This record gives sequence, C-alpha cells and structure tokens, in this order.
Amino acid sequence: MSHPDIRGRKNHIRKSRADRIFDAVIYTAAGLMLLLALYPMYFILIASVSDPNLVARGDVLLFPRGLSLDGYSYLLSMENLWKGYGNTIAYTFAGTAAMLAVNIPAAYALSRRDLAGRGFFTFFFLFPMFFGGGLIPTFIILNNTFHLVDTFWVMVLPFSVISYYIVVARTFFQTSLPAELWDAAQIDGCGNLRFFFQVVLPLSKAIIAVIALWAAVGHWNSYFNAMIYLRTPERFPLQLVMRNILINNEMASTAMTGSAAAELNRKANLIKYCAIVVSSLPIMTMYPFVQKYFNKGVMIGALKG
Amino acid sequence: MRRTGSTLSGPSFLARAGRNWGLYLLMLPGIVIFICFTYLPMYGVIIAFKDFRPAAGIWGSSWAGLKYFERYFNSYMFASTITNTLVISLYTIAVTFPLPIILALMCNQMYARRFKKFFQVSTYLPHFISTVVMCGMIIMFLSPSSGLIPKLCSLIGIQTGDLMGNAGAFSGIYVWTEVWQHVGWDSIMYIAALSAVDPQLYEAAEVDGASKWQKILAIDIPMLVPTMIILFILRCGSILGVGFEKVYLLQNDLNIAKSEITSTYLYKMGLKSNQYSYSAAIGLFNNAVNFIILILVNQIARKISDTSLF
Repeated sequence: MSHPDIRGRKNHIRKSRADRIFDAVIYTAAGLMLLLALYPMYFILIASVSDPNLVARGDVLLFPRGLSLDGYSYLLSMENLWKGYGNTIAYTFAGTAAMLAVNIPAAYALSRRDLAGRGFFTFFFLFPMFFGGGLIPTFIILNNTFHLVDTFWVMVLPFSVISYYIVVARTFFQTSLPAELWDAAQIDGCGNLRFFFQVVLPLSKAIIAVIALWAAVGHWNSYFNAMIYLRTPERFPLQLVMRNILINNEMASTAMTGSAAAELNRKANLIKYCAIVVSSLPIMTMYPFVQKYFNKGVMIGALKG
Repeated sequence: MRRTGSTLSGPSFLARAGRNWGLYLLMLPGIVIFICFTYLPMYGVIIAFKDFRPAAGIWGSSWAGLKYFERYFNSYMFASTITNTLVISLYTIAVTFPLPIILALMCNQMYARRFKKFFQVSTYLPHFISTVVMCGMIIMFLSPSSGLIPKLCSLIGIQTGDLMGNAGAFSGIYVWTEVWQHVGWDSIMYIAALSAVDPQLYEAAEVDGASKWQKILAIDIPMLVPTMIILFILRCGSILGVGFEKVYLLQNDLNIAKSEITSTYLYKMGLKSNQYSYSAAIGLFNNAVNFIILILVNQIARKISDTSLF
C-alpha cells in the first residue's frame, strides 16, 4: 500500500512472464491439435496416389512415393460408384429443395406473435425432437401405408421436416425481421403470403443459405435412410456404395490365400483411399468457402428463441 | 413472451386465425408431412403391445399386452445391450462434453488472427466427413496388417494387436474417434458465447492485475455456464440413443460382445428377422427412458441454475 507504483510494476513483470508461458502452452497445444486433425486426411490423400506396396510397408508417411494414378483410373471403371454419385446428387438437390420449401415457411409462421394457436403449433413442430415412434413403426407406415419403400421419394419427402432447422430459422426471423415491417405492409393491404414471398424471403438469404448447406451436407453424407428404405442397387446413393467398398470389403477377396490375396488386398486398399477422396472432395473443397454460413447458423441456434 | 394472455381478451380465436389464414397455409406442408411420417408412426408404436401381422395391419392385429416387453426384459440380450449402450454413452459424454469447452477457451486466447482462423477451419473440417468414410478410415488405420496406427505404435515399441477385433477396445475407439471428428465443431457454440463477452470485463480484470489464467476462471467459464447447461441437458436426453450409424458400421463378429447396443439389436431383430412387435417394444422402451431422463435433467437444471430447455 505504501509503494503502489513498485508493487504495480513487480506485478506487471510477473504477470507477463506467466502469460508468456501460458501463450507458449496454448500455441504448442494448438499446433499439435492441428497436426492430429489434418494428418489423417493428408495421409489418405498421399496414399491414394502412391504405390500401394510402399503404403502397406509404412514407407509413405510424409510425401507420396511411387507416384501413380492407377487407383483413380480403376475407379473410373466402377460403374456402381458413379451411379451412386449421380443418385446422391439427385437426392441432395431434391431433398434440399424439399427441406427449404417445408421448414422455412413453417418457421416464419411460428415466428409471428399474432399466429393464433402459436403455442400448440410450436409444440407440434418441436415435440418430435424429443420423442418418436421409432424405426420399426416408421418403416411399417412408410412401407404398408404409403408404399414409399424403394422409391425415389422416400429419400426426399418423409424426413424433410427437421425440428432443429425450424428452431434456428424461427429464431432468425424473430431477431432480424423488425415487426414494423409487417405492420406497414398490412396498412398497404399486403397479405401474409405476398409478404412472405416478396419481403421476408429476400431479407432472409443468410438463413436460407445456412439451412440449404446443412441440408445438402446431411443428404450427401447419410447412408442410414438409404440402407433401411432402399432395396434396388440402382437407386443406392454414394454412401451406400462406399459402405460396400469400405466396410463390407467388396473389393477384397477372403477366398484366396497367400500372395495373390495379399496383392489383391493392397489394391483394394488403394481403391479405398481413392474412393474416400472422390466421395469427400465436393464437401471438403466447398466447405472453407462457405464455412461462415455454417458458423452463423450454429450461432443463431445458440440464441434459443 | 405472448402479448395476449388469453383468447378471451381481444378478438376471438377464429377471427384472429382467419385474419392470418396465409400463415397456416405456409405451415401446411410441414404439418402434413409431420402427421404422415412422424406422428402416424408414434401412433403405430402400439404394435409393441400387439402381435403385429402385416396382412392384418396396425389396427387389425390382436393385442398382446406386455408380452414383448417381458420378452426383452427376460432375454439375455437385455442386460448386455443396455450395459453396452450405457458404457458407450456415458464414456462419450464424459469425454466429448468437456473437451469442446477447453478447445473454445484455448481458441479465445489466440491473438494471431490468421492462425486462429486456420485453426478453426482445420478443426471443423473432420466434422464433414461422412460416417461411412469415417468408419472406413478407422478400420483401415487400425488394421493390424497394413494400418497406420499399429505401424506408428510399433515404431515406439507398443504392440497394439488387432484393435478392431478386441471387444474391450471398442468403446475407446468409438469415443476418441468421435472426439477427433467433432470436437472442433462442437466448440463453435462456446466460441460464439465467448465472443459475446464484454471487453470491459477483461480490461477491468487487467487493471486489477489478473493473469490470463485468472481471467479464464473468473470471466470466461462463468460466461459459458448457461450454454453448458443447455447442451448438457440435450446430451442427457439421448443417453440410450447412441448413434446407430457409427456403431453399426464398426461392428464385427469379434467385437460384437461389447458393440451390440439397443439400436443395432433392435434393427437386426426388426428388419433382419422381421420381429416387428418385439423390435417396436425395444424401441419404445428406449425412447421412453430417454424422454424421462431428459425431463428429469431439465427439471433438476431449472431448480439449481434457472437455466433450462423448457
């Protein structure tokens, strides 16, 4: 107390040293985590263009070796993979369009304070987040009641209402559309539908982008619904084809033994690396450019309406 | 939040509804789809109490009482599927709940903006790998003959053996690959909460001579508590709802003793061996337990912290 300036300076020096150590720890840890996060993906990439024998021996760790594109050229001849690719693109476009068409308007209606029965409809749309009929009853309804199993539409329509998307979009509308806008439009004799399409939608490009990206990634990456509800291999999406290649080991043979089998397994691994790259490339390359939308969406969701 | 407390004040319910008929039209597609494909199956869950025959349909099948629940509770699979589910689930929560918080606190301390940005984008990236590809990567990386991880381990003298064939290793593999894939993404909410902290708080703390560590303890962590509670309640609501997709793909004959969880067992019973009612009973039991836990945790959180989901 008697020498405040000296105490202050002492404190300052000690603090900055502790903080410097602190910073060093943070940045070292961050560096290690970066390595952990990125290396497995980098390894897949270099293994997909290397000699499979060298990869199997563990000689390919930092750079590709025995450079060859054999795996990719073999991939070109795999018709089921490209068929799956085409199917996934179709499901992704149709499914994303359906999700936008269903969730955004519902979320807007729920965001309006003057919606009579708002509490009931909110409950109706959010309750399935916490409880559901389960796999088997859903399957029976889709199969026996609606006869949708093994059709194109089963991948697009039945699961297009997503409570979480509605919550996020509703919060967006509540926080970013001023209520005066609707009051003014009403005075001008504008109805709800015209207001939604001509005023709300043009002002909501951000939330539309967020939901569209989430929906598209979800469709691109999912295999569960396809595995349950599709039977004809011609309709299989990419992820189901990938499952046959990666998990069910369609390419490798368990019947053979000895060096022929080992050779085949190495080739199967090469094809797996290449298939991973080809199937993940669209999302991985797009993601860094659109990531701000993803973050934005999560943050809107965090506001909780 | 509601402006008009009851329907008695102001114009009647029908008058208010009629004025906004367009809003109901906007909700209509969602309502129809939800009724057909979500609420109808909720009603269809009564087949858990019936002897379901496809020819007779949901309504026409005869009642069976609690037969299928009893069969599940008495089957030798009951204890093992519930135990496996709980082990994987609690292990997952114990690890994947705190780590994103730590990551967010770390991220908040990075002042090199470019590096911070690069760090965030890189740690989010694995989140976008599909479950199928992720499981394919796990199986390949752990393969005892050609996998990267056994190779790297043997370099430092550790013999891993066949990890995918080791039932005891299953939950660990599941949880830590889950961390690898989602820890970055799961930290976004916390990073968002931290970015909302008033800078004046930090300045005031600095004037008082607080170190970075003290600022984290006294400012950052208290700021994160409401977000933590909400996310924790949501996680608890799916204690018996361990993701089917990843576990199913990682299962094999050697690890099945520890990897058969309720949802994979239900799938095999229902859609592979067509025991619809039995499988629906398992599913209903599961969902009911999840729902009850969610409500309980939510009530407890509301009592002790004033933060809750509903």
